[in-house]
Amino acid sequence: MKTFTKFLGAACIMGLGLASGSAMAQEKIKIGVSIPAATHGWAGGLNYHAAEAEKRIEAAYPNIDVIIATAKGATEQANDLEDLVSVQNIDALVVLPFESDPLTVPVQQVKQAGKFVTVVDRGLSLPGIEDVYVAGNNPELGRVSGEYIKKRLDGKGKIVILRGIPTVVDEERVEGFLKEIEGSDIEVLDMKHANWNRDDGYEVMQDFLSRFPKIDAVWAQDDDITLGVIEAIKQADRTDEMFIVGGAGMKDIIKRVMDGDKLTPIDVLYPPSMIATAMDITVLKFVSNGAVEGRYILGATVVTEENAKNFYFPDSPF
Amino acid sequence: MSGLERSGQNASSRFSIDFKALGPFLALVLLFILGTSINDAFLSSGNLSNIFTRSAFIGIIAVGATFVITAGGIDLSVGSMAAFISGAMIVVMNGLVETLGPGLETVLIGVVLSIVLGIGAGAINGLVSTKGKIEAFIVTLGTMGIYRSLVTYMADGGTLSLDFEIRGTYRPVYYGDLLGIPVPVLVFLAVAVAGYVLLNMTPFGRKCFAIGSNEQVARYSAIHVDRVKTMTYVIQGICVSVATIIYVPRLGSASSSTGVLWELEAIAAVIIGGTMLKGGYGRIWGTVIGAIMLTTIGNILNLTDAISNYLNGAVQGLIIIVAVFLQRGDWRRKKSK
Repeated sequence: MKTFTKFLGAACIMGLGLASGSAMAQEKIKIGVSIPAATHGWAGGLNYHAAEAEKRIEAAYPNIDVIIATAKGATEQANDLEDLVSVQNIDALVVLPFESDPLTVPVQQVKQAGKFVTVVDRGLSLPGIEDVYVAGNNPELGRVSGEYIKKRLDGKGKIVILRGIPTVVDEERVEGFLKEIEGSDIEVLDMKHANWNRDDGYEVMQDFLSRFPKIDAVWAQDDDITLGVIEAIKQADRTDEMFIVGGAGMKDIIKRVMDGDKLTPIDVLYPPSMIATAMDITVLKFVSNGAVEGRYILGATVVTEENAKNFYFPDSPF
Repeated sequence: MSGLERSGQNASSRFSIDFKALGPFLALVLLFILGTSINDAFLSSGNLSNIFTRSAFIGIIAVGATFVITAGGIDLSVGSMAAFISGAMIVVMNGLVETLGPGLETVLIGVVLSIVLGIGAGAINGLVSTKGKIEAFIVTLGTMGIYRSLVTYMADGGTLSLDFEIRGTYRPVYYGDLLGIPVPVLVFLAVAVAGYVLLNMTPFGRKCFAIGSNEQVARYSAIHVDRVKTMTYVIQGICVSVATIIYVPRLGSASSSTGVLWELEAIAAVIIGGTMLKGGYGRIWGTVIGAIMLTTIGNILNLTDAISNYLNGAVQGLIIIVAVFLQRGDWRRKKSK
């Protein structure tokens, strides 16, 4: 029995040696991409754009192999990171952390294993771990939305806010927004969490409508929420009373902006395609002689009737 | 009530039964008083109609869950099943627009498809758990994951949206009303009445009670236990499809986040209503009240800013526990006698 175990062990070691040998022969550069699973609309867009980028990158660079791992929670994502390093033996990691705090140390360990690390969207809690940081601008999204509402209402009016899932992202957006309208005569009647979800957006807005007889504007912050809000306002027959400012850049909303819908005059971008940006920058590290390390902050572009067609992607699921 | 006595539950006095039946209703009245005191808008007809309409989804699903739980089973897959059926309806109806146009036929085909899928999904849950001799908890946990993944897959991880022309045809099913009562409320009522008759006035209902209180005894009493249990899952499936049929025209979309946690809300509604989680005793009207209560809690929290948004879940949890405690209080007293 003992000899058999030894034999098995030896066979395993040999097998491993062979496997790593063949990997060496191909000399493929492996890029691991770890992202949250498609649990809400925006994350769905994220998954779509990651998959599209994988196809495009692998077609353009035969020596690069992209491996995408999706996780339903922070713990699962930490496991994914370990697998990417120890099983897949990646050369670089692109990660959109589920949450900042719990994933800081797992990502740090990837870095300590000598991998190139790109962090997307949600920053880590310790500085200096990542080589590249790519993100949308959450405070700016809030600020731009506040700026528009303030201007549209001439600095005076009653608004309601539908917040997202209680996270740093939501916190930063709301802070940016409130700071911008500070000092004006814009009164926030109430804020409630609608969890970046259509059904919740619909129900929260229904209740706002029965509670407040006069609402001038709605900041929905996210386009999934916006879709629920639109139905609630239509049902209450109060479409002429107010307008909605959403965010993210969902194709349905962009289409409405493009068509000049009075209810949704603008949308503020927070594109899920930022994952593709991050993957491209990471690839450049291996194929270009240009320096890539640094921080890339995408703008919170305001989509209006005039420029909407530049941001309309009918084939994307988001 | 006759079912209750025949199934051998310890219903010693008629008075205590009435009190127990009244329990959830009293809790709901208290909740309504609370709501009114917090905000005058609570009792406005618009808000009340919102509450009842919203309760319809969970309520209809919970009526089905009452059968499953009464017969000693559990179905965790209903939320995912609702999302999957919504997704399938949307895909098929969108596909039919070109050949059939956005008219009534397309919507009817969607509705029929929904019922067929509901029956099929329920039958799978029932047959696998009874014939396969696997605990319903595990079977439905499995199908929960399967249906959820299927809808994510159909939507490419994004959102499936119903064609805008079909929405026009289909819209009245959610937004319409008859004599001022919204259609979803009427459907909810119809499902509840049908459920009540089936559970309390037919041999089938009595068999559910019997199986839930003691499966072995039921088997020896020549009840086709597997058949009856499978039927309860099929009824649950049909209820899910009915709920889906009125859900789809609301926002005309389905995604992986559709129906998340509906299974727990449905189970909570059933238990708040006085049905026992271990089976053997079920009450449809209690379930209806339970579903309305759950919606009302959410509505009240939206009408006030006195409680931090972050604590909404805590308040909901507390009210659910207190509601069930009030009801079970008399159970304990009765036993100690």
